[in-house]
Amino acid sequence: MRDKKIFAFIILGLCGLFMITPFAWMLATSVKSQLEINKGNNGFIPYVEADYLDLAGDGELLRCKVLKPAPGDSLWINIFDENDVIIASYLKVPASKVTHKKSIKFFFTNFAEAWKKVPFGRYFLNTVFVSGISVIRVIITGSLAAYAFARMRFKGKEFIFYLFISMMMVPQPVYLIPSYILLHHLGWLNTYYALIVPWLANIFTIFLLRQQFKSLPQELFDAASIDGCSRFGALWRIVLPLSKGVIATAAIFAFIGSWNSFMWPLVMIDSPQLRVLQVGLSYFSAEASSQTALLMAASTFSILPLVLLFLIAQRQIMASFVSSGLKG
Amino acid sequence: MVKKKFDIGPYLYLLPALVIIIVFRLVPIVLSFVVSFYEWSINGAGDFIGFANYQKLLTDPEFWQSMLNTLYLVIFVVPLSLILSLVFANFLNNITRLRAFFRTVYYIPTVTSMVAVSIVWKIIFNQQTGLMNYLLGLIGIDPLGWLAESRGIFQLMFGEGVPAWAGGPSLALFSIIILTIWKGLGYNTIIYLAGLQNIPETYYEAASIDGANKFTKFFKITLPLVSPTTFYVLMMTTITTFQVFSQIYLMTGPPVGGPLGTTKVIVYYLFEQGFGESQNLSYASAIALVVFFIILSLTLFQRRLEKKVHY
Repeated sequence: MRDKKIFAFIILGLCGLFMITPFAWMLATSVKSQLEINKGNNGFIPYVEADYLDLAGDGELLRCKVLKPAPGDSLWINIFDENDVIIASYLKVPASKVTHKKSIKFFFTNFAEAWKKVPFGRYFLNTVFVSGISVIRVIITGSLAAYAFARMRFKGKEFIFYLFISMMMVPQPVYLIPSYILLHHLGWLNTYYALIVPWLANIFTIFLLRQQFKSLPQELFDAASIDGCSRFGALWRIVLPLSKGVIATAAIFAFIGSWNSFMWPLVMIDSPQLRVLQVGLSYFSAEASSQTALLMAASTFSILPLVLLFLIAQRQIMASFVSSGLKG
Repeated sequence: MVKKKFDIGPYLYLLPALVIIIVFRLVPIVLSFVVSFYEWSINGAGDFIGFANYQKLLTDPEFWQSMLNTLYLVIFVVPLSLILSLVFANFLNNITRLRAFFRTVYYIPTVTSMVAVSIVWKIIFNQQTGLMNYLLGLIGIDPLGWLAESRGIFQLMFGEGVPAWAGGPSLALFSIIILTIWKGLGYNTIIYLAGLQNIPETYYEAASIDGANKFTKFFKITLPLVSPTTFYVLMMTTITTFQVFSQIYLMTGPPVGGPLGTTKVIVYYLFEQGFGESQNLSYASAIALVVFFIILSLTLFQRRLEKKVHY
């Protein structure tokens, strides 16, 4: 039994390693110096390889670069200060005073450099704006519709519901082109409208909330109606407060979907001013394709907000997989 | 008896979502059929051309190449992802300590954006500065071309004697396959875990009393009882794999879909036709609908199969 457990941990650990290694390498590479990357330092440790001069022999090292050997067991070197500025050039020193050393060094400046290279601040603001508005509206339209589907009787209910569900299965590429034409005729291409309005309602959210609203006991609603609570009152005072967890999950899913969407904004937006993060990042990757460290830094700060959100909300998200209709 | 008054209330609650979904989902879906039957420029409809676009598809080598590439993706990604995620979910189900930790770790690739991870994996596969060749170097294997290699993986494995048609996906496409499996594995594992947790423990206990071993239990209890989850995972993975776009757009080329068109997938081809230089929106619509009907028939086929094999 114990051996079995250990075996399970080994397999799971290896899989975990496979899942996490790309991120670990991304972080490591994001703080490397591009020079070292190009020299072939492609492992996980951001080190700098350089020559050092111990002039006084007291262990205080000055960074230098060996230019060429000089007669009499000596070397010609240049000496640099911390900012890579030459402070002495073509100096002849005894070879014994020069050492070659690898030292770990983190280039956090890569982050600032990547951030400034293209207007990432602007991209972030655009994304937060678009995703924020969409998610709030998606929850509002979704709650209202789910409330109707779950707790009301009306003609055509089944039909509309199945229409919704079947449209959920239609892949985005199918409606991408006609949407582009539609938005063109509305004059919305290249505006925030194109990114927001079509996504103000989400079938998946409606589906998720409907499952939750259906599960609430009818007695609650009977009691509320005896107390003179209106239909909207019941939604506002009973349904929503009792469904906070599922609403939070639905909001997180909608937010992740909106934040990560790429093909839609890529097609609908031309203006650099309106680029969302994913589109901006893709342009950046084409522009800076040889600057590995900067690309990794940009990927890191693009991924970070969602990973943090997920880590905070993961208990909620995982619970929803077990309890809701997300599984088969 | 008083006739019940027509109650407009429910429709008012439904209205906001309904308007958005009809205008921005139903109308475009219907419109996509219309667009594919007309010469259509961005400014409006031109001549009715009937099935001309579909006929053109039949003889368009790039279309068939993209279909083949997409098929390779599906054939490799779906079974591998399914098997791996079921195995990992099984192990996860057997432990209690650290389960939440592993679940979180596995799920992280799912919440990160495809754009960002594509950039990371593109560099991982880079010939000179990438992690893959670095790791191969550590165990003494010659560097590989990865995303720049147009030769098929079977050709690379078994030598040039393998004919081109049997060469399999190019190593470039195989690199995309690895990334795509990695990205979706966590989601599938979590779904499987939820499915496994619904199997009552008593079945296993009864089987133990009857002297069943580990493998018998897995094949006779776990596999049949988790089959609804399998069908769901199978369907979702197939649908999403058919729609692969971002990783191709970001990782391959230039030109995108390279080397030698071996990574051009159908949704990228659609994008190129619709929004590239030719701006052939109606041809792109026809491609989109072909994708749709393939996905639809696969879904229906799986539904039918599921009904047959239901426990």
